[in-house]
Amino acid sequence: MGLAAAFWIMAVVAVVAALGVIFLRNVFRAALSLVLCFITVAGLYITLSADFLAAVQILVYVGAISVLIILAIMMTREVQQGSPSNKMKLPVFIVAVVLLGIMIYTVTKTSWQIAVESPLTPTTAPLAAKLFSESGFILPVEIAAMLILAAIIGAIVIAREK
Amino acid sequence: MTIGLEHYLVLSAVLFSIGLYGALTKRNAVIILMCIELMLNAVNISLVAFSSYIVPLLLTGQVFAIFVMVVAAAEVAVGLAIILAIYRGLTDIDANNINLMKW
Repeated sequence: MGLAAAFWIMAVVAVVAALGVIFLRNVFRAALSLVLCFITVAGLYITLSADFLAAVQILVYVGAISVLIILAIMMTREVQQGSPSNKMKLPVFIVAVVLLGIMIYTVTKTSWQIAVESPLTPTTAPLAAKLFSESGFILPVEIAAMLILAAIIGAIVIAREK
Repeated sequence: MTIGLEHYLVLSAVLFSIGLYGALTKRNAVIILMCIELMLNAVNISLVAFSSYIVPLLLTGQVFAIFVMVVAAAEVAVGLAIILAIYRGLTDIDANNINLMKW
């Protein structure tokens, strides 16, 4: 019961915050609304008993990515007047609604094979065992490290003053 | 009413559609990046929901969500660097006016 209440609160706040990202005229307020959406997604991870992912969501999204976005908004403040839309509003709205309808139809019509076991509750140690074992995901982890390194160097080179 | 897998998947679909609408209609490049982050988060919700409802003992969905986060962090760092470089050259971040490479 408490889980259901938590889910509904998080879901409503997440959708309202996402709509705020779209419809708020002030770019800075849209960024703060995005941060609120990230926080509610972390709460949803907790209701799914993914505690490590909730902590990572707070650290990476709320802590780092939102700071990067707000920094970019601050540095480009003089040129932007609100968040205007282009001329494709109506067709894109139709496409988005049709896609949403297709996805909801597919999700509700599929008979999912729900497992009977309850999920693992402290997920940090099992996740580490999965990520760093030889039979697990150690090669993708190494490749992700290379990707992050390349992204950092690329960002520095692109954004550097000539 | 208990919360099932479908609730999380429908919520994920709603967030994804909102992000898609924003990413395709907005003209401010920073807002477009924010909407892409919204879409990646929606995908992560559905991955974690699949992980905890269908394979609760394997955690593969959560591992995949971690990799999505890694790629999202790399993407936002490079994307904002590109936006700042464009801003320095054109003094504009309106996606309608950035058409140097448009064929």
